[in-house]
Amino acid sequence: MSDLELTSVAGSSPLLPRQVTAPVRSVVDSGIGLFNGFFEWFGNLGIFSWQVLRAAVTPPYEWRELIRQLDEVGSKSLPLVAMAGAAIGVVISLEARYSLSRFGAKSMFPATLVYTVIQVMGPVITGLVVSGRVGAGMGAELASMKVTEQIDAIEASAINPYRLLAATRILACILMLPLLTVATDGCALMTGWFAQTMVEPLSFHQFISNGFHGATFNAFLPQTFKTAVYGLIIGLIACFQGMRTRGGAAGVGRAATNSVVLASLFLILADVVLVKFILVFFD
Amino acid sequence: MATTHDIAIKREDAGEEGNAPVVAVENLHKAFGNLTVLNGISLSVGRGETLAVLGRSGTGKSVLLRLIIGLEKPDSGSVSIHGQDLAGLALDRMGEIRLKMGFLFQSAALYDSLTVGGNVAFPLEHHRRDMSRAERTGRVRKLLAEVGMEGNLDKMPSDISGGMQKRVGLARALALDPEILLLDEPTAGLDPISSGEIDELILKLQRERRMASIVVTHDLHSARIIANRLAILDQGNVVIEGSFEDLQQSEIAFVKEFLKQS
Repeated sequence: MSDLELTSVAGSSPLLPRQVTAPVRSVVDSGIGLFNGFFEWFGNLGIFSWQVLRAAVTPPYEWRELIRQLDEVGSKSLPLVAMAGAAIGVVISLEARYSLSRFGAKSMFPATLVYTVIQVMGPVITGLVVSGRVGAGMGAELASMKVTEQIDAIEASAINPYRLLAATRILACILMLPLLTVATDGCALMTGWFAQTMVEPLSFHQFISNGFHGATFNAFLPQTFKTAVYGLIIGLIACFQGMRTRGGAAGVGRAATNSVVLASLFLILADVVLVKFILVFFD
Repeated sequence: MATTHDIAIKREDAGEEGNAPVVAVENLHKAFGNLTVLNGISLSVGRGETLAVLGRSGTGKSVLLRLIIGLEKPDSGSVSIHGQDLAGLALDRMGEIRLKMGFLFQSAALYDSLTVGGNVAFPLEHHRRDMSRAERTGRVRKLLAEVGMEGNLDKMPSDISGGMQKRVGLARALALDPEILLLDEPTAGLDPISSGEIDELILKLQRERRMASIVVTHDLHSARIIANRLAILDQGNVVIEGSFEDLQQSEIAFVKEFLKQS
């Protein structure tokens, strides 16, 4: 049979050469596969979330593991977010000073720095840094436990792995992200002020009073506490990717990579929704 | 190494007749995608009895153990523990049933972030919360001594050999005094001396604890030593079930070939 043999595409009357239909069918099949995979992934994530939620609210509670995870997510991420915050503070300070000078609005510098750091950069930078460190760590750790049957061993010991491994990690992320954000914000404001002072002396007291002048809790608290949602996203995605891993060392690598990539992506997408939500309900 | 005398003692101690089966598997089917792994398998084990499940790789032996402990769900058929069907059990109730079971994984599956002692203490920390730290440590030492691993309490799993890991896995499986012991390839990947030591250990535990045990193995020699009954699986079904002598007398071509090659 020749490749040019005419075949009928399902449901269509015109006859097309097989050379044309084969690639088309392949593309269509790939598209259907992607479409199914997309919904399957979300469906499994939904089931996983339900199992974790159910395990989290029913005793026995794994306090010891939760404290260990709070330390793992919180204390051990602190130096990293502090450094990231410090760097961001200097960058914003330099950029803001230059831009504000051009428009003759140098007096707005403290408020610009404070609002930019606390409302925009601090939460996102903290989320992305923690997503990189904790997301990859959790994803790889759980994936490694999965492929070496350690998670099965936990389940076989009549211990709910969703409670012990997932709920504690997700809760630790939810609780620690706002605190880490405060640390990032604090470092960014300190270094931002310091960078400004090096060029044009400004007392810290004056910087803070001008920066927070007229500010209400509503201006800052929702922006800081929205990072609890980032924590939920980071913890949930990392645990989900880790605990469904298959395929040995390659699977562990994939789980770690996917945890970081997906958590960072969903975090940024969630930020769009959260910013709108905060503007509508808290502004 | 276990001797003929050990085997004779084991046979005398064999399953208590008249007892209701502790583990009963009925017409169990399991497939992964298009691959049928178990195709209507039925088996039962009573208290104090050891069943060895043999067969070629990929015939569903390990899957059978995972179905019994509820790590996989059957497509159809039933698994009963003390007459309680596991199908549709809530997680908490399943947990209660799992407390009666000890499982030794083929890879031992020790928690690599915990020490040897931490691994054995792990089930106790979660299920014997009334135990003091001193009591728990004492129990862990006793369990490790039982499997010949005393003095290794503070070592990490990565610092001990495969045979030692299996012993620690066995100690962990015994931590909650299970009534049912499921062993997945307890001697796989071990040298003949370590295999013999593990066999002796299993025999000793059977005598002392009188558990219902199911041992999945490729090792016919080991199965002959530790089991009262043997079952050979092929293509998801039990081809033959009985004593080693029954297997030897079988006219089934697959059984003959299996025994010849083993």
